[in-house]
Amino acid sequence: MTDLTTAGTVPAAAPRKGSLLEQDERTRRRNGAEARFRALGLIAVTIGVLALVGLLTSILMNGVSSFRQTFIEVEVFLDPAKLDKSGNRDVEEISKVTTFGYAPLIDAAMAKLLEEHASSLEGLTTKQVGDLISKEAPAKLRRYVLANPDKIGETVPFRLLANGRIDGFFKGRVTMESAELDRNVSPEQLRLAQKLRDAGVLTVAFNWEFFTAPDASDTRPEAAGLGVAIIGSAYMMQIVLVLSLPIGVAASIYLEEFAPQNRLTDLIEVNISNLAAVPSIVFGILGLAIFINFAGLPQSAPIVGGLVLTLMTLPTIIIATRAALKSVPPSIRDAALGVGASKMQTVFHHVLPLAMPGILTGTIIGLAQALGETAPLLLIGMVAFVREFPAGPPEGFFDPASALPVQVYNWTQRGDPAFVERASGAIIVLLVFLVMMNIVAIVLRRRFERRW
Amino acid sequence: MATGYILLIVLGLAVLGFFLGRSRALSMARESGRRLHSLPNYYGQAVALFTAVPALFLLAAWLFLQPLLIENRVSEMIPDRVIPDGGARSLVMADVRRIAGGLDALMAAGQMTEADLANMRADFTNVRNRLANVGVALGSNVEPAVLEAAKEYRKAQNSGRLWMTVAVLGLALGLGVWSWTRINPDQRARNASETFVLALLIGASLVAILTTLGIIASLLMETINFFRMYPAKDFFFSTVWNPQFRGGSDLGFLPLLWGTMYVSIVALVVAVPIGLMIAIYLAEYASKPLRAFAKPAIEVLAGIPTIVYGLFALITVGPFLRDFIAQPLGLGNSSSSVMTAGLVMGIMLIPFVSSLSDDIINAVPQAMRDGAYGLGATPSETIRQVILPAALPGVVGAILLAASRAIGETMIVVMGAGAAAKLGLNPFEAMTTITVKIVSQLTGDTEFASPETLVAFALGLTLFVFTLGLNVLALYIVRKYREQYE
Repeated sequence: MTDLTTAGTVPAAAPRKGSLLEQDERTRRRNGAEARFRALGLIAVTIGVLALVGLLTSILMNGVSSFRQTFIEVEVFLDPAKLDKSGNRDVEEISKVTTFGYAPLIDAAMAKLLEEHASSLEGLTTKQVGDLISKEAPAKLRRYVLANPDKIGETVPFRLLANGRIDGFFKGRVTMESAELDRNVSPEQLRLAQKLRDAGVLTVAFNWEFFTAPDASDTRPEAAGLGVAIIGSAYMMQIVLVLSLPIGVAASIYLEEFAPQNRLTDLIEVNISNLAAVPSIVFGILGLAIFINFAGLPQSAPIVGGLVLTLMTLPTIIIATRAALKSVPPSIRDAALGVGASKMQTVFHHVLPLAMPGILTGTIIGLAQALGETAPLLLIGMVAFVREFPAGPPEGFFDPASALPVQVYNWTQRGDPAFVERASGAIIVLLVFLVMMNIVAIVLRRRFERRW
Repeated sequence: MATGYILLIVLGLAVLGFFLGRSRALSMARESGRRLHSLPNYYGQAVALFTAVPALFLLAAWLFLQPLLIENRVSEMIPDRVIPDGGARSLVMADVRRIAGGLDALMAAGQMTEADLANMRADFTNVRNRLANVGVALGSNVEPAVLEAAKEYRKAQNSGRLWMTVAVLGLALGLGVWSWTRINPDQRARNASETFVLALLIGASLVAILTTLGIIASLLMETINFFRMYPAKDFFFSTVWNPQFRGGSDLGFLPLLWGTMYVSIVALVVAVPIGLMIAIYLAEYASKPLRAFAKPAIEVLAGIPTIVYGLFALITVGPFLRDFIAQPLGLGNSSSSVMTAGLVMGIMLIPFVSSLSDDIINAVPQAMRDGAYGLGATPSETIRQVILPAALPGVVGAILLAASRAIGETMIVVMGAGAAAKLGLNPFEAMTTITVKIVSQLTGDTEFASPETLVAFALGLTLFVFTLGLNVLALYIVRKYREQYE
């Protein structure tokens, strides 16, 4: 108020000097303050938008490379002397050969490959050359042999993952200097890899296994995938949808259309608005204490995650549904009641269908929130290292699984920097799912929402 | 019978009941020549509801309670000597469950019959090897008492499941038939089924209260357990946080509280000015196209999961602050720090502050602006001296809501703030918060009944009380302010 009051005390009689087009000192100051304030606002908006852009580009830059992976094309001779000593192709017996039994085959195949392309071993042992290939490769070979025992004795071409460090070299994460200090890879191996790449044996290609493979252990980041996490998240979303949509809609209908004005209604409403603001980690504690310790549901299971996320999503859905029900004009209700419909018929036959687009939009947004939620899932054991795919629903709901956001967290806690790339890649997958859900919500709203 | 089949059968019965009820109502009306009280569908609906709903509730309750009862009974069978030193009964129980599952798998694979099982003794048969054949790996050989417990567990579970099937299907059939025989043209079927539906609706809305009760009960009970083992005075007033797995831990809450406050304050210092200025600019200055672009863009920030912010803090902001600010200034060389977490959390909070304040600024009546302009004030003077004072309570409410978000935020601090509990002032040092410690005390294999684990519940309760208090205060302020202008 100071400026205006002082303006009032200036003697009104003082004649104005100079032209109106020329600003006096005071006006200039005030206009300057105005321009500065405006600029501050614009800067704030820019910072906000830049933060969004920075966040997304940082994740994209780090993560995009995880969709491509270095592969080595190699022809492996499936040596009967090693895999099937008795020679009767009995799967029972073949399965007694562990993955360790397959590693020499790969070493031999790599040595042969070098003879063809790189002429010399460059001072490396066969073992070191074999280490260019991922440690996951013997397991892949074993699965193949167990599935096709008749191929033993033949030479079969395989497309095997390269070791994470070799992969990192082609993505710029590993350099000759860093290899000097690294126990897991030597500069000679990198030079050899470069040679193989020039020869076209070693290629960098799109890696579908990133979406389908299960998680892999600490030493083989190249083989880690999102398969179990995507399935776990999908299971949880099914549970959340099946539980929270009916319960949320029923609760909203009661509160919006039937509830009398009394203490109980007030209590429910206060509860819902408070639940919406309870930190998500508290829901995790609830899940741990009630669903796991009290009800004895298994840890790491999608059913527990789904239940916890349902409780978290309910307030969102209830708030959205109530808004949608409220936006249906009273004249619709009056008309239905006027021709003799009961209150229940009015709601279920007329109000609810009209509110449906709004309800679905709210539900999808609630689901999107639930999909990205991490903290409560950490507490109910979803961080566990899960390599087994869960069974099909509904039994699979009780099997251990991971979830997309938890998998991201899990990978950031590992030592190998290759996992950071994978975590960013997983974030991109998560964001793509979220964007798709939000687009569906927006389209629903645009297409079906009625303005009365 | 598997739960899924029971569910399907009950639903099938309900559908069947619907058609039977409907046709019975119609045929009775035809025979007696009287008009039905309700539409025929309502007779069917009443039968279907009576068939399905109570049976499904019974099913849910049974599934919830059966494991509890069996668990209690079986765990009494395990003698104390079987429990390894330092281990817990719950671990042996996990073995029991695994063995029982393995026995089932053996049966399914046809390698064993019920009679074999009855004769099976852990001291004669190598149970571990046999179970390994069907893919159930056990950590050690099976003690006789554990095998007996597993057999008992399996038996109890199978008979429990049988009884559940009988009870659920019996209830469904019984109530279905009962409601079916009650059908007559004078029955007020619509009223009956509508009352039933109304009861369901009320039940659904009580879930919110149950959730709150569940939260409070689980937090309170374990917190009381914690304070039985660990003095409350030390928890609230000690400045040392140093959990030890062997006992004798210092679990002082003050360093965590300080870390939480420090990170939240940094976040609010970032978010409040920026968010407020964004709200002001978008509400008062921005052209339509700019507003149409910037408002949704900034609200996208609110829809991004916090794990994304956490990763951003971990791989971009943290190393950046360390390499370009903390190390050159000699303030520290940790990439996780109060500043990292606070800055990123500030970005996360910008849309909260801005969209809430935007609503509030827009709610200030136009007449007040017009009055100020009429007196010759510039737009910025109007904002600073008229609109903001009028909107102040609402803005304070928005800031309090943002603060409650900041205190309860988990992933950003887990990935950005570090794990060292200390009371320091240097913002480039790693510090830790309440939520980080809840996560670290409750993840991993810890014994559940130790104070080191239970402290997480006490921390959770304090967190719950804090955020609830802030929210109630914020909502109170906002509501009070709204009443002024409406």
